Amino acid sequence: MPTTTAVPGGAPPPPSAQQLARGEGDAPAPGRSVRRYRPEDTRAGYAFVSPWLLGFVALTAFPMLASLYLAFTDYNLFRAPEFVGLDNFADLFTDPRFLQSCQVTAVYVFVGTPIKLAASLGAALLLNTKHRGQGVYRSIFYLPSLIGASVSIAIIWRAMFIDDGVVDQIQQLVGLPAGGWVGNPDMTMPMMILLAVWTFGAPTVIFLAGLKQVPTELYEAAEVDGAGPVRRFWSITVPMLSPVVFFNLLMETISAFQVFSSAFIISGGTGGPAGSTLFYTLYLYLRGFQDFRMGYASAMAWVLVIVVGIITAVLFRTSRSWVHYTGDVR
Amino acid sequence: MKATRRLRSLVFHAAAVAASIVVLYPAVWMVMSSFKPGNQIIGNTSILPETWTLENYVTAFGGIGGVPFTSFVWNSVVLAVLSVVGTVASSAVAAYAFARVSFPGRNVMFAVMIGTLLLPFHVVIIPQYIMFNSAGLVNTYVPLLAGKFLASEAFFVFLMVQFIRGIPRELDEAARIDGCGHGRTFGLVILPLMRPAIITTSIFMFIWSWNDFLGPLLYLKDPDLFPLPIALRQYVDQTSVSDYGAQMAMAVLALVPVALFFIIFQRYLIQGVATQGLKG
Repeated sequence: MPTTTAVPGGAPPPPSAQQLARGEGDAPAPGRSVRRYRPEDTRAGYAFVSPWLLGFVALTAFPMLASLYLAFTDYNLFRAPEFVGLDNFADLFTDPRFLQSCQVTAVYVFVGTPIKLAASLGAALLLNTKHRGQGVYRSIFYLPSLIGASVSIAIIWRAMFIDDGVVDQIQQLVGLPAGGWVGNPDMTMPMMILLAVWTFGAPTVIFLAGLKQVPTELYEAAEVDGAGPVRRFWSITVPMLSPVVFFNLLMETISAFQVFSSAFIISGGTGGPAGSTLFYTLYLYLRGFQDFRMGYASAMAWVLVIVVGIITAVLFRTSRSWVHYTGDVR
Repeated sequence: MKATRRLRSLVFHAAAVAASIVVLYPAVWMVMSSFKPGNQIIGNTSILPETWTLENYVTAFGGIGGVPFTSFVWNSVVLAVLSVVGTVASSAVAAYAFARVSFPGRNVMFAVMIGTLLLPFHVVIIPQYIMFNSAGLVNTYVPLLAGKFLASEAFFVFLMVQFIRGIPRELDEAARIDGCGHGRTFGLVILPLMRPAIITTSIFMFIWSWNDFLGPLLYLKDPDLFPLPIALRQYVDQTSVSDYGAQMAMAVLALVPVALFFIIFQRYLIQGVATQGLKG
């Protein structure tokens, strides 16, 4: 079993979500390319896959098409949708709140995600050494990933970073300017990024599993050839780990775009102060479910899908030059 | 030689312990704060309570807005258990089809299924809400559970497909020779062997459902139906800012099941996460 996330022995992964799809699964067995199916297999196959298929059609495909239509309408849930052409999209790009939500989300994604991944790679390298107690540390590091998105932790975060809260107290103790982070528009983003970085454990576990699959012979051979630890890291660890880095980067970036509950709780559902926690999904929620501007919110949803799609495509395209797949002809 | 190893080990443990303290600090602070009198939580750096009190827990169990706290717990349990049942059942059958049955369109469907892992979930919330609203299902658990019974969490289907692929094909063939069709092969051969994957799925699904905020926020209006996260949010919104004690106690109580799962099943959790990125 290859350790990569790519099709074993297939063509280089082309840049689209669907190709990732095939990349993550095993390619169809070559012997099966003759398209003949046994009728009982076909029947059983559709029977078994039908719950998923029904769910996909009714809860994903149809709603996606519906929201594409709604994006071109004015709809408030009570009157019939009224077709307005591109008005929603035109409004979006002149709506200062929308533009602010894009900015907030962009900073969170493009600053927060690299920091989180760096922390998690560092932790994985630390844990990939031969010492006792690795399992315990790994579990401790992983714990925040389970609870980081919960309302409980958002409440705790707010209480820790509020005026006179424990963080403010420590700041005053060491002589930093006083003041909580929750009410300060300049400090809410660092606070949110800290919360994201705190959940570095899940990618750490994935990095660690990747590191464990790097054959030790490579390191031994390099050592015999006189490569020092730094050289070994850059010439063996980094290329061997690049498929896992790619996977983590992709998944963490996509999920960072969708942060919602912590921002909602910490700002009391407003995105404040001064719109500094108005994350994209929070603004989408407010537009859709508070102002009942469902058409506008659908347009926002599609802009998000397109942006995430473009970023995914760009990641895939650049991955050709820095992701190294091993084992198979490539 | 031995001395350098000692030193290395010391450096390693120093770094790991320091990181662990930073990582655990918020959780420890939360638990400790829940035992402090309300006015000692803010404006106080001491992590240990100066005076220990259970008053916050008494307030927490007093309920929110006339609804007893146990009602929120029960609602969360109902949602989580039904989510687990639905997800395990629907994902296992779908995974069997993807991993073991060859039928027209399978590879396309599998690709689409994995593609949904990358799809921002928010694109469907508006139309889904409109659908469930026009069907009169807002303020019921149906919108929160429908997807669970229809294998909508692609992560689990993928996890199970990977697991089934690791089961030797000879077992299927033996079952077929003994006259089993796909139904019995799945039920009698594959399903019993899928125990680890089912356990991993169950734990993750339970925790995800337990922590889910957006779904219940959208669909539930009646406080009697609220699960814990929504109840917590309501409490935070409606109480005066100074009442941190009860907030802390409720936050702790809401995480107790997650903590228990973590302590008991961490091996499965960590393996589940590792599988996500590798294998295949």
